Amino acid sequence: MTRKRRRMMILALALLGLGTATALTLSAFRDNIVFFYSPSDLAAKPPGGRTVRIGGLVETGSLKRDAGGLTVTFQVTDTAKSLPVTYTGILPDLFREGQGVVAEGKLGPDGVFTATELLAKHDEKYMPPDVADALKRAGHPGKPGDAAPTGAPVAAGEEHQTSTLRTNP
Amino acid sequence: MHRFANPARFLKIANAVLPWAAGLSAVCFAAGLYLGLIASPPDYQQGDTVRIMYIHVPAAWMSMFTYSTMALAAAAALVWKHPLAEVYAKAAAPLGAGFTALCLLTGSLWGAPMWGTWWVWDARLTSVLVLFFLYLGYMALVDAFDDPARGAKAGNILLLVGAVNVPIIKFSVEWWNTLHQPASVFRLGGPTIAASMLWPLLLLALAFQSYFVAVVILRIRAGLAARRVQTLRLGQTG
Repeated sequence: MTRKRRRMMILALALLGLGTATALTLSAFRDNIVFFYSPSDLAAKPPGGRTVRIGGLVETGSLKRDAGGLTVTFQVTDTAKSLPVTYTGILPDLFREGQGVVAEGKLGPDGVFTATELLAKHDEKYMPPDVADALKRAGHPGKPGDAAPTGAPVAAGEEHQTSTLRTNP
Repeated sequence: MHRFANPARFLKIANAVLPWAAGLSAVCFAAGLYLGLIASPPDYQQGDTVRIMYIHVPAAWMSMFTYSTMALAAAAALVWKHPLAEVYAKAAAPLGAGFTALCLLTGSLWGAPMWGTWWVWDARLTSVLVLFFLYLGYMALVDAFDDPARGAKAGNILLLVGAVNVPIIKFSVEWWNTLHQPASVFRLGGPTIAASMLWPLLLLALAFQSYFVAVVILRIRAGLAARRVQTLRLGQTG
């Protein structure tokens, strides 16, 4: 009985030590584990000439397509700050205004972010189109166009944004 | 609890459970696949691509469930020396690796059209890939020793060390910003998934779970038989 208890104590202590070590390591490398920076992060810590990823919502009404070309320009916002982005290439299916986006590229001296790769990010909400329409009619921003980056009136809208926009806690 | 660690008593219960688990799995797979792939509505953002979720999410849940039970079995094997615990971990490992591979493959197929990439090194995807390697490493390690007891012990320690990865997978989407979206079902404040899509998902989760129970019973039975053969052989030569 005592040997079993001793083995259990050793095991518990070893796991506790391992857990603590992992937690410390992960929190030390926190800045390196994040997949992207928000426009506010970028404003606080300018990347210089480095290639970085930025993420946020595509600001509603900001998307402009080059006539006949593959180049698009839009604003990426985290509701506090926004950043102009230009990208040439094929857009992912989910890329649209009001939706999350992650762009990899470089920040130019003129303050325009030139993306070489563009990824769409979706939120954790799943619903059939008719439910989304009903929510829209009821005034909830269920549809992407309604999830305006600023001044979303209802709680559901706030939640929608924070989940897509989650930044470094 | 320790009563059931007796292999003979366990086999008696397991043999009774086996046909029920297999039957439940078949029924849930049929109903869940019909509901998920045909009868459920498309998503308002993702259209029909969302149907990948009905395979991807249960596979992901099972990959973490299987690893967690293996880690618990490893702890029981190290503390109480239950022989059944080691047999369980060995029996469950290829199943867990299969679930993880399925999760990674379907995730990649889903990411390509929706995100615009097959793979990114964000915290969620990377930690699940680490889980896959833990399964492979465990399977390689337990059979790498001439003495099966030493192999099992080394494997148990690896399983316990790797257990720190399970909460990292679960909370990676909360702790860091990732390309992968946060949890939709097991979250504070309830699921953010419409009921017409949640039901097929839960049915398929039950199908995966009962499939796992049925197959792991078969594999434990084979593992116990292999142990008995080995003991008899040792008795003959020694």
